[in-house]
Amino acid sequence: MTVSRPLVKTDPAAPNGWAPNDPLLAVQSLRVTFDTTRGLARAVDGVSFTIAAGETVCVVGESGCGKSVAALSLLRLIPAPGRIESGSEIHFDGMNLLTLNEEALRSVRGRRMSMIFQEPMTALNPVLTVGEQIAEVVRVHTKASRREAWAQAVSMLREVGIADPDVRATEYPHQLSGGMRQRVMIAMALVLEPRLVIADEPTTALDVTIQAQILELLRAQRDRTGLALLLITHDLGVVAEMASRVLVMYAGQIVEEAPVGALFATATHPYTEGLLAAVPRLDQIGGRLRTIPGTVPAATDWPTGCRFRARCPHAFARCETDAPELVQVGPSHRARCHLVQEPSHRKAITP
Amino acid sequence: MTTPVRVPDLSGASLASLSGEMRSMSPVVSSRQRRWRVPFLFIVLLATVAVFAPALAPYSPDIPANYDAIQNLAPSRAHPFGTDGLGRDVLSRVLFASRISLSLAFASVLLSLVLGTSYGAIAGLVGGGIDRWLMRGLDVALSIPRLLLLLAVTAFWENLPLTALIMLLGTTGWFDVARLVRGEVQRLAQQDFVTAARATGVRGARMLRVHVLPHLVPLLIVNATLSVAATIALEAGLSYLGLGVQPPTPSWGNIMAEGSGGMASQWWLSVFPGMATVIAVLACHALGDALRDRFALDQVPA
Repeated sequence: MTVSRPLVKTDPAAPNGWAPNDPLLAVQSLRVTFDTTRGLARAVDGVSFTIAAGETVCVVGESGCGKSVAALSLLRLIPAPGRIESGSEIHFDGMNLLTLNEEALRSVRGRRMSMIFQEPMTALNPVLTVGEQIAEVVRVHTKASRREAWAQAVSMLREVGIADPDVRATEYPHQLSGGMRQRVMIAMALVLEPRLVIADEPTTALDVTIQAQILELLRAQRDRTGLALLLITHDLGVVAEMASRVLVMYAGQIVEEAPVGALFATATHPYTEGLLAAVPRLDQIGGRLRTIPGTVPAATDWPTGCRFRARCPHAFARCETDAPELVQVGPSHRARCHLVQEPSHRKAITP
Repeated sequence: MTTPVRVPDLSGASLASLSGEMRSMSPVVSSRQRRWRVPFLFIVLLATVAVFAPALAPYSPDIPANYDAIQNLAPSRAHPFGTDGLGRDVLSRVLFASRISLSLAFASVLLSLVLGTSYGAIAGLVGGGIDRWLMRGLDVALSIPRLLLLLAVTAFWENLPLTALIMLLGTTGWFDVARLVRGEVQRLAQQDFVTAARATGVRGARMLRVHVLPHLVPLLIVNATLSVAATIALEAGLSYLGLGVQPPTPSWGNIMAEGSGGMASQWWLSVFPGMATVIAVLACHALGDALRDRFALDQVPA
């Protein structure tokens, strides 16, 4: 199923800060399954990618494509009954995360790799003040005293752009606005300056003006601390603004992987094309919004052959029998589609 | 229900004690939410009486020297609740009995909360096979009628000491709490903020203490209040049957038992301790009920 490929790629077109011989995170053949009453759901089904230090990688895809599960599995936070299948490998900062014991894993979580969740209202503990929650991260990982941890929490709140951080630190999540709560989540994730931050749709629950502020904050913090960012989103606007590289996921697999410029210029997989076409454009007033017909199939029975073929306007006979592999399209640009080898099957699409 | 009605502030407790969140609610909601005050006042009153019983009681609860002169007196100015067959002042005995009955109920409920919360939290957090075994054990325990079990044990235990009675009530009263706590812990374990805390490296005892247990407090308070009501009634029943608190230590139940021979002739022996029991049980129950609404808990059965 998965192409065995070297974990380390050398690529002259690599974005800034990407040290070619040292991927910070290398995920190889990641498989996550959930044993459900309707059968074994293969939510993530053979995903491989790397992230270099300081790099920003975006994962895009519809709901149910496995992007959030893949993100949670990096910190081994998959809820029961989910499990990471044997054969999967996650190497991070010189460690094999899947063989770490609980104590060693604990020292990674929050300190070297942290996570920003989609909905800050539910991801913050309602009975603790926000200052306590940030200070807790410090206290769990360092020998800082209560007072030092609190001081660090307050200065981190100031760092993420919260006015009156001394006062705000003593307030509870429900006393803050949605944007401020997400700033608090970011402060929690960044307080120990981790090397990798996973942000699972960090702006989805916020209104548009706040979204821009939060993205700006993430970008500023990334540039300040040199952290690597794995940004999960379904918003291609966010991708264009933040990413150096993009992974497009569909039905538990990566279907296209490209530097951000290449993705927008020469998207190859019909699914990626569909996602790009579905973005409303200001220069085309009127008409219907373009959509991709159909929905993501159930993770308990992925179709044989190409998993996208039922929704694909170009599908041909081979798509039904052969599961496509990720193949090279251009410099560090790969797509999981038979059209790469057989472009004659591409049909002209009338808009 | 549709028209907002402000219920007069019966308890007189100050508005300042209410949180800002409560004050901002609509009048209907806030009057419903203030229902806890009246029963709470009654409980504070009962507790005060219990604490200061030695100062408040006009006589000793024990047999007086001149007992043969003052047996079975009807209520009068000298003995407002009358006297019993041994010449003891019933008012004094009811006051002293409140210390026994209330502290016994509180202590045994406290014990059952500790047991039930530990058991339920372990089952809910560990999950899997251990959880299944713990829950089957609980099913077995719940299938034994509590009253029959208590009757069986106390009937064979002569001169049951008070601490033993507390232990018995406590160790047979925690099964419901365990089940509630287990369900709530399971629910909490799936909350985003618990996942988020795990993502920052929090685990084990700290997770339980900081991120799980504080959320159980409303549930436990409501459950404890309702349990205290049930335990006061249960203890009164056992003591009435002569199986609970042993004379001469007074409890509301065993004072009533002394009067059971002559309800018509010595009504004061049953009526006054009976009223005390009813007030205590009702107040605890009303408080638990009001707090359940206040905390918007629907998983605690009435």
